[in-house]
Amino acid sequence: MSIVDTAKSAAQGVVQGVMSKLVPLAPDSWIPGGTPDPLIRHQHGLIGTEVSRLDGPLKVRGAARFAAEVPLDNLTYAALVFSTIARGRIATLDTTAAEAAPGVVLVMTHRNAPQMNAPALFGTSATACGASNLPVMQDDSIHWNGQPVALVLAETQDQADHAASLIAVGYAAEPSVTAFADAKAKGKERGLFFGQPLENIVGDAEAALAKAPHSIDRTYRTPRHAHNAIEPHAATIAWDGDTLLLHDTTQMVSSEAATVADIFGIAADQVRVISPYVGGGFGAKGLWDHQILGAAAARVAGRPVRIALSREGVYRIVGGRTLTEQRVALGAEPDGRFTALIHDGTVAMTPHNNMPEPFILGTRSGYAADSFKLSVDTVTMNMMANTFMRAPGESVGTFALESAIDELADELGIDPIALRIRNEPTKDPLSGLPFSSRHLVAAWRAGAERFGWDARPAVPGSRREGEWLVGFGCAAATYPYYRMPGAAARITLTRDGEALIEVAAHEMGMGTTTTTAMVAAERLGLPIERITVRYGDSIIPGTIMAGGSQQTAAIGAAVIAAHRALVAELLKLAGNDSPLAGLSPDEVGSEDGGLTRIDDATRRESYASILGRAQRDTVVVAEQASPPLEQMHWSMHSYGAMFCEARVNAVTGETRIARFLGSFDTGRILNHKTARSQFRGGIIMGLGMALMEETQFDERNGRIMNPSLAEYHLPVHADVPDIDVIWTDIADPHTPMGAHGIGEIGITGVAAAVANAVHNATGRRVRDLPITLDKLL
Amino acid sequence: MNPFRYARADDAADAVALVTAGGTAAFLGGGTNLVDLMRETVARPDSLVDVSGLSDEITETDTGGLLIGAAVRNTALAGHLAVRTRYPLLSRAILGGASAQIRNMATVGGNILQRTRCTYFYDTAGSRCNKRDPGAGCDAIDGFNRIHAILDASPECVATNPSDMCVALAALDATVHIRSLGGARTIAFTDLHRTPGETPEYDTVLEPGDLIVAVELPALPFSAQSTYRKVRDRASYAFALVSVAAALDVQDGRVRDVRLALGGVAHRPWRAWKAEAALRGAPATAQSYRDAADAELADARPLSDNGFKIELARRTIVAVLTELAGPDGEAA
Amino acid sequence: MSIIINGSPAALPADPRTSLLDLLRDTLSLPGTKKGCNQGACGACTVLVDGDRILSCLALAVQYDGRHVTTIEGLAEDGALHPLQQAFVVHDGFQCGYCTPGQICSAIGMAAEAKRGIPSHVSEDLSADVVLTRAELQERMSGNLCRCGAHNGIIDAISEYNTEVAA
Repeated sequence: MSIVDTAKSAAQGVVQGVMSKLVPLAPDSWIPGGTPDPLIRHQHGLIGTEVSRLDGPLKVRGAARFAAEVPLDNLTYAALVFSTIARGRIATLDTTAAEAAPGVVLVMTHRNAPQMNAPALFGTSATACGASNLPVMQDDSIHWNGQPVALVLAETQDQADHAASLIAVGYAAEPSVTAFADAKAKGKERGLFFGQPLENIVGDAEAALAKAPHSIDRTYRTPRHAHNAIEPHAATIAWDGDTLLLHDTTQMVSSEAATVADIFGIAADQVRVISPYVGGGFGAKGLWDHQILGAAAARVAGRPVRIALSREGVYRIVGGRTLTEQRVALGAEPDGRFTALIHDGTVAMTPHNNMPEPFILGTRSGYAADSFKLSVDTVTMNMMANTFMRAPGESVGTFALESAIDELADELGIDPIALRIRNEPTKDPLSGLPFSSRHLVAAWRAGAERFGWDARPAVPGSRREGEWLVGFGCAAATYPYYRMPGAAARITLTRDGEALIEVAAHEMGMGTTTTTAMVAAERLGLPIERITVRYGDSIIPGTIMAGGSQQTAAIGAAVIAAHRALVAELLKLAGNDSPLAGLSPDEVGSEDGGLTRIDDATRRESYASILGRAQRDTVVVAEQASPPLEQMHWSMHSYGAMFCEARVNAVTGETRIARFLGSFDTGRILNHKTARSQFRGGIIMGLGMALMEETQFDERNGRIMNPSLAEYHLPVHADVPDIDVIWTDIADPHTPMGAHGIGEIGITGVAAAVANAVHNATGRRVRDLPITLDKLL
Repeated sequence: MNPFRYARADDAADAVALVTAGGTAAFLGGGTNLVDLMRETVARPDSLVDVSGLSDEITETDTGGLLIGAAVRNTALAGHLAVRTRYPLLSRAILGGASAQIRNMATVGGNILQRTRCTYFYDTAGSRCNKRDPGAGCDAIDGFNRIHAILDASPECVATNPSDMCVALAALDATVHIRSLGGARTIAFTDLHRTPGETPEYDTVLEPGDLIVAVELPALPFSAQSTYRKVRDRASYAFALVSVAAALDVQDGRVRDVRLALGGVAHRPWRAWKAEAALRGAPATAQSYRDAADAELADARPLSDNGFKIELARRTIVAVLTELAGPDGEAA
Repeated sequence: MSIIINGSPAALPADPRTSLLDLLRDTLSLPGTKKGCNQGACGACTVLVDGDRILSCLALAVQYDGRHVTTIEGLAEDGALHPLQQAFVVHDGFQCGYCTPGQICSAIGMAAEAKRGIPSHVSEDLSADVVLTRAELQERMSGNLCRCGAHNGIIDAISEYNTEVAA
């Protein structure tokens, strides 16, 4: 991290520091969510029912046009050439054969690429979203094995691919760090996550550990992971003069438009990013080199460009989750009460990004303990910039913590659920803030009963069915409630009672459009058929990133604000002849296609009547969401209790998951159908992480050696059991709709639940993911 | 993928004539491996001769075996009633490989000639590979070699043959029927694939212009008592870490005859001749199976990441033979 | 030289490199068939050729002269969803929707294979009639990856469809 970045981070830290001192002390009523969202009381509407995806018919017909499918006239197709060394310079570069190849329109290298500013690094401003701050194709320097060194445009993809294979690049290698051990030997730095150091110290945890009557002290390792959305990254790009249109597949339309505008030195409103369908994201669909290179090539060639990364290309230029090495040490009294909780370790990063896989995030509010020592250190390597991947931090952090708790339970002879409940905190153990909504114990009890936890083999390795050893395991899941600043919503209400809801949000399968329509229907008092949701377009006001499981809350709060503005505007239009005359927006709500006085339903008027009398066809309001201060006032998290039945083949060591249950406490569930899918999806990705997933990074040269869906194993249908999902459905009184985002919690705790079940089945403890059969032979 | 000419062969003679007409031609079957290799620029033929429309028949031979046309699709072979009932190990081996879509495309001839999954072999831009580029060196030996060979590897190459079907064919004493400019000839299946030695660029003993036209399965009285077990990193759609194809004839508590082959362990489908010799006449007991496996694996040499395959192969052999022996053998 | 796509003839490409997948997506403007890996490793590009499911990414279009190809766009009739498409919506058999066309085409091809008596890796008796249990469906659909994790909904949808077709 550069000095400038550090200064920025420090400045942000000061502001946050002041706020974080004041906001907790403020009265609840000053805080967003201080008064419960009225929709929480709606018990017989759409919320909490099963609604099929509104975009479902389109998707099952193959009629949803993804980014690489947008038709444009005169289109050219791009192919990339990737470096084969980790660090150094391009010494020789021969593009003559490529330029002469049939169909070639342009060969672009650092020699002829237009001058572009370096991407602003994610988080360094409200809209900066560069995954790395390295300049893109501006000189001959190489920073990772796989960096794009040339781009070919041709009339067809086959022609572009072939021409790219004809480009000869020679390198002058410079010393590089591509082995984790070498990186550690060069020194560590404390990780900074959004400007805040990843460190929490309470008491003297090492001393407490040393004198604890019972303790364990273990090291856990997780490898690099790749998101592997089935839709590879792709963009269809066209310039119109100095205006850039990017049909992209992205989780951040607004931020991307702003950051790309900066790169090309044009105004933010000269870039429009459209992304109605995202074929899976999981954190990876952000701004990477290919959109920048595609836009640059389109400008140089004067023609539209489609740049669809090959699967190998996704591995080479889109970062994944980095590796972690984590120590968890727990000290406990004989009754299981934690006296020391230590969770620290090291992750790898690059000199050009700012994503220190923050594996302690879930630990911070997980358990009560007398003393804490939590930290994440970073080392730098010459590799592709790592990035967010589903539950960054918690997914791998819970593997270590929740495995360690299982190990301690074994050591103490206490049931692992009982041990966790014994250490359930009554307030946030580090900040001291009250929890906004924490019902994890209820989730444990409901899950244990449903799963049949009492049938868990008491002795590891004691249950065998034929060749299969059977074991049960459990783990806690946790993920924060986030709501990022900057969200906005625009509502267009028509006289005939139709509403258009516009949010700069994203649909990559979470069901966002459907839940947004459901919530808007209830909030506006309209049938869902009369609601249209527009999203995935940077010209819509506001910034709503599909990250941090925050879209539902961010959209919810933005629609609350816009709805309030709509009510105010309608009251103004209603005038003195309305039954609502004289009422303030706070006294009025929406119901049955109109406005109603909240405590007197006889005073009401329909939208049609108000607009008709005002001789208006439409009312348009746009409003920003309230600042998300609730996150500083309460400790806000989602929770889950994960249960796994694993079967390990005694002959071959193969592990199969026979059953899995997730019992969640994640606020009120809005759409039961899509929520179940979200939870299951996270759990299945967790099963992959537990059993098979690893990006093979060759430590000799920093090259990823399995850039393929054949060699990077994802779970297939045969690996996925029927996954049971239940939830407490207890509304968080301090969030929009009482809901929490649920896209990421599903992956947390899963790997530990599997590892714990494998231990229960076999007596073998695997602390290095993935749990492949060779570790169990 | 480099540009190439495409021609469809009318018959085997036509195919051989076309492919030997000059340049760097290759036969094209279902394309499931060759098209992938061409896209990765591992293979760069200047013309393709499509033989996927040639013989796709399965016929009974005079000696009670089966003659399988090289263009028979994998699904058709696995689903053929005679194969399912008389050679279940072959059905099971095919069904354990790839995915249904790929099995619907892939031909028997193409499956036999599929190339290794060594990731260094595939990485044309960034890795050294003697198989792809003779004399370049091997980055797998000291790299990720978890899927690599434990038997008969050479300092030049540690790649494995990825086929499941070939393991069953090796066990079954199949014969490969070849057509070339010089005429027709046959090769024992177990002689078709090579050990890598100093020339790992050659997977098989076939010469340029040799076309596999059919595979013949001999009658084997006990082949109905056979199976294929595949061990891999996920439940389906993954290459074998280790696989075992076996047919077992047990009478009066003794092994009268046996066919045993291993996959995932060597540069070629591995016929376990030593284990078979140890088993014939031995009591049908777990101890005999362990001894046989030990005999076969005595020469196994692990690399940094694949030592587990030795124990895995041993256990899988014992489990498969125990299962096949059934109640006639002693309980393990 | 032509190939019949969803009932309509289309010219074969001049460049024999062109995969059936690229022909569909780039030339014929039928992007419902998806490119997930272009390596034969994900199943997103699954189409039906004369009723058999294949991977269009590994298929050179020129090899399919005269063959009948059905893509996801060819399943709905008269604007009404195919029953399996409807079942995918009802059972939430997808999230992002990218692997979905391949899953649906694959499931239709699978049903035909089962009807023909083709066993699978998990069939205990290779000679018995095929009964599409959940384990059979999961094995037979394993060539279609899904990263969002819609597996349960996909299998539910296919189960319901198969039951209704059989009934």
